[in-house]
Amino acid sequence: MLLQIHEPGETPLPHETEKGLAVGIDLGTTNSVVAFARDQKAEIVRDARGVGLVPSVVAYFEDGDPLVGELARRELLDNPEVVVSSIKRLMGRGPDELAKLGDALPYELGPPAEGGMARLKIGERLLTPVEISADILRGVKQRAEIALGRAVDRAVVTVPAYFDDAARTATRDAARLAGLEVLRLVAEPTAAALAYGLDSQAEGLYAVYDLGGGTFDFSLLRLERGVFQVLATGGDAALGGDDFDHAIAKRFMAERGAKLDRDHVKQALVTARLAKECLTDRDDWDGFLDLGEAESEHKLTRAEFEKLIAPFVERTIQIAAATLEDAGVTPDQLGGVVLVGGSTRVLLVRQHVAEFFGKPALTDIDPDEVVAVGAALQAEALTVGSDTLLLDVLPLSLGLETMGGIVEKVVERNTPIPVSRAQEFTTYQDGQNAMAIHVVQGEREMVDQCRSLARFELDGIPPMVAGAARIRVTFSVDADGLLTVSAKEATTGVESRIEVKPSYGLTEDEMAAMLRASIDNAQDDMERRLLTEARVEARRAVNAVQAALAVDADLLSADELARINETIEMVERAMSSTDRAAVQGAAEELEHRTKIFAERRMDRGIRKALAGRAVADIGG
Amino acid sequence: MTNAPQTSASTNNGPALAVCWSCKGPVAWGALFCDTCKAVQPPVPLDHFARLGLKRDFDIKVPVLDQLYFGFQRQLHPDRFAAAAPKAKQISQSQAVAFNDAYETLKDPLTRAAYLLDLLGEKVEGEGAHTIADEELLMEQLERREALMEADNPAAVEAIARHAKVDAEAALSALASDFASGDKIAAKRGYLRLKYLVKLGEEARARRARLTLAR
Ligand SMILES: [Zn+2]
Repeated sequence: MLLQIHEPGETPLPHETEKGLAVGIDLGTTNSVVAFARDQKAEIVRDARGVGLVPSVVAYFEDGDPLVGELARRELLDNPEVVVSSIKRLMGRGPDELAKLGDALPYELGPPAEGGMARLKIGERLLTPVEISADILRGVKQRAEIALGRAVDRAVVTVPAYFDDAARTATRDAARLAGLEVLRLVAEPTAAALAYGLDSQAEGLYAVYDLGGGTFDFSLLRLERGVFQVLATGGDAALGGDDFDHAIAKRFMAERGAKLDRDHVKQALVTARLAKECLTDRDDWDGFLDLGEAESEHKLTRAEFEKLIAPFVERTIQIAAATLEDAGVTPDQLGGVVLVGGSTRVLLVRQHVAEFFGKPALTDIDPDEVVAVGAALQAEALTVGSDTLLLDVLPLSLGLETMGGIVEKVVERNTPIPVSRAQEFTTYQDGQNAMAIHVVQGEREMVDQCRSLARFELDGIPPMVAGAARIRVTFSVDADGLLTVSAKEATTGVESRIEVKPSYGLTEDEMAAMLRASIDNAQDDMERRLLTEARVEARRAVNAVQAALAVDADLLSADELARINETIEMVERAMSSTDRAAVQGAAEELEHRTKIFAERRMDRGIRKALAGRAVADIGG
Repeated sequence: MTNAPQTSASTNNGPALAVCWSCKGPVAWGALFCDTCKAVQPPVPLDHFARLGLKRDFDIKVPVLDQLYFGFQRQLHPDRFAAAAPKAKQISQSQAVAFNDAYETLKDPLTRAAYLLDLLGEKVEGEGAHTIADEELLMEQLERREALMEADNPAAVEAIARHAKVDAEAALSALASDFASGDKIAAKRGYLRLKYLVKLGEEARARRARLTLAR
């Protein structure tokens, strides 16, 4: 379908023409998909051959721009050393965690970045997972721009529901690097439910079973007259179809009498994936594994394949059962189960799901595309407006380290977001003037079994006896599921506030340097965004004054009214320029010159209220 | 007089007026939006019942609560302010936080009971909470936990979980009538009993899961 972008006779305001389109992006482990919605109908952006999936693969040759998608995937067999795939699995992971993966990590680790973020050695380059994801997003964005014929600069990007704060932050940073303003990070199952719910007007309890390449998510939602309320979510951020491929590859290597090592893992995985895909509609597969030095022949029957992957599928069902049980819901209460993710094409997965839920799963919308459809619908809702409402939850509990390495939970998982919770702590030594605050995420009791998100220090606590200080730590999680932590000593007001950057996230400087280096010249992009923000604020100020004039203009003399109207015109003029300081200055001037007007309005309001009360007193 | 949030805060000392942050004109205290310029207003300190427009009562119909909550979030959720000025965005977030907090507290009978007892001056949770020495309750608790620890097969654990569930339902209706008759002390005792029954049920489920996995 061709998308009509310009409405006939449409004359957008000058400051709106600069805004590009807003799309929905499913940034997947194996494939990414971009979609665009208008009038609550979403369309997947496809290439000339009708293919909507963009492989989440990037190839970095010594010179030239990175290759993204199918072109990059084709290089996997010939030039595996410059090709990166499944990078989503590494988002938000620290260097130590990656080192622990050992040979299962098909990349060489380089020295970490300044902020502690892991870097991979790809050919001659050192790249963070954030930069690699940004390259995928850039490729997807370009595809949309070509298809839609207009700039794309904003997006709803989906993340696994079970992504922790570090991985969400990394995803948002990647979008920023790619020149995309993130309108909202939406959980993948929630996006899928949105796509289904709006399509079918479904009501009641629904489960979303989302098995992708690298992550498993299970969400329970209530759908009711346009409200999509997430009741509970569970999952495993490191379980997916990639595990199936690994199990097959390991078997093939064992048949060759070898281990799955770093030199051969990429080629072996390509063959494994072929076998897996073949076995979704055939009963057996045979083929060759060519590792350069020698070719070997392998056979795999569906029964053998299913035996290899059964433990992984079993684990997904256990997670689903536990999530339902936590929410006090039994499978028979569900109106339906929505399947999401390419790995749900595997027959054994469908069988187990149907068996556990007692009904066949819903697959009306392509499981590979349903998340992008939901994301696009949400992008439209956020930019154009809509009656639907997404109420999401925090996937994993947030807490603080206390004495003895024990976690004190501050916000429990499955709490609706946005949320803000505070907890009070005290000093444990006389005269203690600083307190280390260690923020963690996870369900376990001990700090070392949870995800460490950030450490910071509240200092300047005046000397007091142990236990006298009252340190209030506030956790605020916004609608994207991103955390900000602030700490305040209550008796003196000493405050410390940080946006939680993962302990091994990008520093602001690194981010700035990457933005400068990026081909999109995002520095301009940043300035443009600040200008837009200043204009939105100026527009608000003008609208507010005009609304007040409509009610209370009689409080002003003709002169005063003329002066205010002049100032409004001045603000309007400033807004059509690209001088951000001028826009801000004009808006401030308007505020300043309407002060007296505001005071008179307040006086009138108070008089009116008093008169109303007097009447009520007489009447009562 | 309705108990809508807009009016629930007017005091006898005079009209409850605030200044709209956007147009700087008068706005009713506790109003969600300015009548004049339509700007979203920050949340005011209200108890959770008043915020949602409910009577201060333990007996809440959850579907009613849901509808009230959805209605407010439809107007105030940050998704509605994605294109708004930064200050309006921030205010919408604090409104959504306040309504989420109210909803979460009142939705679950256990947290609702604790919150209501706190409002009634009988704090049962957190700092300054006084527990009551109830020998009978303590003994019951000890015996049941012991039985749970000794249960070594999923069926036996399941029986304990079922028993706890039935008792929890009875405890809940007893608690509701204690609140209805205004017996704070009985309500407090009923709350503590319900709390441990719910916890016992959770522990039983966790134990059953462990035993099932071990097989
Ligand atoms: Zn106003």
